[in-house]
Amino acid sequence: MRDFKALPDLAPPLVARGVIGWARENLFSTPLNSVMSLIVIYILYLTLVPIIDWVFVSSVFLGDDKTACEGITGACWAFIGNRLPIFAYGSYPAAEYWRLETCFVLLLFSFGPQFFEKFPYKLPLGIFSLTLFPVICYFLIAGGYFGLEHVETEKWGGLALTLMIAYVGIVAALPFGVVLALGRRSDMPVIRTFCIAFIELWRGVPLISVLFMSSVMLPLFLPDGMNFDKLLRALIGITMFQSAYMAEVIRGGLQAIPRGQYEAAKALGLSYWKSMSLIILPQALKLVIPGIVNTFIALFKDTTLVLIIGLLDILATVQAAITDPAWGAVATEGYVFAAACFWVFCFGMSRYSIKLEQKLHTGHKR
Amino acid sequence: MENANTNELAVQLSGVNKWYGEFHVLKDINLNVTPGERIVICGPSGSGKSTMIRCINRLEEHQAGQIIVNGIELTEDVKRIDEVRREVGMCFQHFNLFPHLTVLENCTLAPIWVRKMPKKEAEEIAMHYLERVKIPEQAGKFPGQLSGGQQQRVAIARSLCMAPKIMLFDEPTSALDPEMIKEVLDVMVELAEEGMTMLCVTHEMGFAKLVANRVIFMDAGQIVEENEPHEFFDNPQNDRTKLFLSQILNH
Repeated sequence: MRDFKALPDLAPPLVARGVIGWARENLFSTPLNSVMSLIVIYILYLTLVPIIDWVFVSSVFLGDDKTACEGITGACWAFIGNRLPIFAYGSYPAAEYWRLETCFVLLLFSFGPQFFEKFPYKLPLGIFSLTLFPVICYFLIAGGYFGLEHVETEKWGGLALTLMIAYVGIVAALPFGVVLALGRRSDMPVIRTFCIAFIELWRGVPLISVLFMSSVMLPLFLPDGMNFDKLLRALIGITMFQSAYMAEVIRGGLQAIPRGQYEAAKALGLSYWKSMSLIILPQALKLVIPGIVNTFIALFKDTTLVLIIGLLDILATVQAAITDPAWGAVATEGYVFAAACFWVFCFGMSRYSIKLEQKLHTGHKR
Repeated sequence: MENANTNELAVQLSGVNKWYGEFHVLKDINLNVTPGERIVICGPSGSGKSTMIRCINRLEEHQAGQIIVNGIELTEDVKRIDEVRREVGMCFQHFNLFPHLTVLENCTLAPIWVRKMPKKEAEEIAMHYLERVKIPEQAGKFPGQLSGGQQQRVAIARSLCMAPKIMLFDEPTSALDPEMIKEVLDVMVELAEEGMTMLCVTHEMGFAKLVANRVIFMDAGQIVEENEPHEFFDNPQNDRTKLFLSQILNH
């Protein structure tokens, strides 16, 4: 009889042999490949070098007017730096900036922890950021209470306004979307018909026309003297519009849950709302996280449309600033800056969703 | 816990009829189950056996006749339906565990949210039943990490945590590998020995012989034959039953 002897563990075969090995294998394996690689590298060189030069090397970062940027070939970032308060806060009175800044800090402290794996009081902070936080911000920013000077919504603007609209839209559209999605699958004909009609109506019109309706048409139908805030009307319009989209995304998730889950919940004696909130929705929402974040990102970018009804979001303030004769031709810098702002927030949402998906993964693949 | 009225039937179906659209799936079903009785229901696929036991906890609606469970008649009334469902446990062919909850959470969910039990007590009870189905060590895992047999045992424990008076089994072993069937049947045999009222749709004839008080054979939406197991297997009265038995026992 012979003893069983396990073979020794061997190191896996080397695949990557440093940069040179990788390049030889992937870029220069055949003569044709080598030529193509060289051409691509040359094109990259042609495009990237001027961009880097424009952004970093030949650019000017400091200065108070266009004399700082005279005669340079790069970007005039001094313009952005000079106008930063306007881009951030619009025409909000400068003496009251601290109120917006407080809100921003509050946001960082309440929502920021959600990006970390472990953080004390993460759940209560998260709930705070979705419920109490918008209310506090409203009173703080609008003022008129507690001895704070009242600031009309016409003066709100810039990145702060963009974030406000997006935040309210996101926080409100998700629960509305859930309710609409459940309603559309309801057994009760009245509720189902209402939800279908609501979703199809809002989904069938462009956001621009919704905003126009809210700012131009709606006041015509309201009785004299009754008029509510333009920003509020825009917010309601955006929320309704996005919750219709959200509802369809969530309905997709609901349909992906096998019937057995509904039956198991029923068989245990769970009521409709309990089985939805404890069993079905947690699974359905998890499935459609990519779709939900997609809708959020679309919503965030769609907030720029409020400029057509005279609300000055970040893009509108940038547009107004680049026509200022004090700075000359700085349109490119302005638009690049606005795009970068949007990209940072959208990318942040995308990363957050990936983290959330990984965290909620329970090893159950369907 | 003993019912004051011992004559009261656990389940009573009288003249039950059901249609799926035009298709008449249950025809004049009459069935009385006394507390503690263990009934095995068999029959070819499409014979209505699953539909029948799913009517008992109203996962399916019947359109005619009367179903009384633990003295409560099943009607449109949602309150009554919930009342019945609280006392009737069910195990499904595909387990239907909640994949986003751990094994322990699967077991404590209904006691906490339906019976309003404190979390700690619910967890103690859940651990008790997980021990009884012999997988307490899996309590912290997610269902997706368990084998089929383990999942079905969790499903049984989950139902038992509600302390049901009646257990329904809808082909609990037909989605399992042969090796895992035994571990699930063992748990079910134990349950039967403790006097649980059970209605079980299954083709495990060994199980039927071992624990059933009565075997029911269904075909085409009707109860064709019912008898105690030895008579049923050794001396079937109906030709359809004979044919069915010869087909499933000759393998």
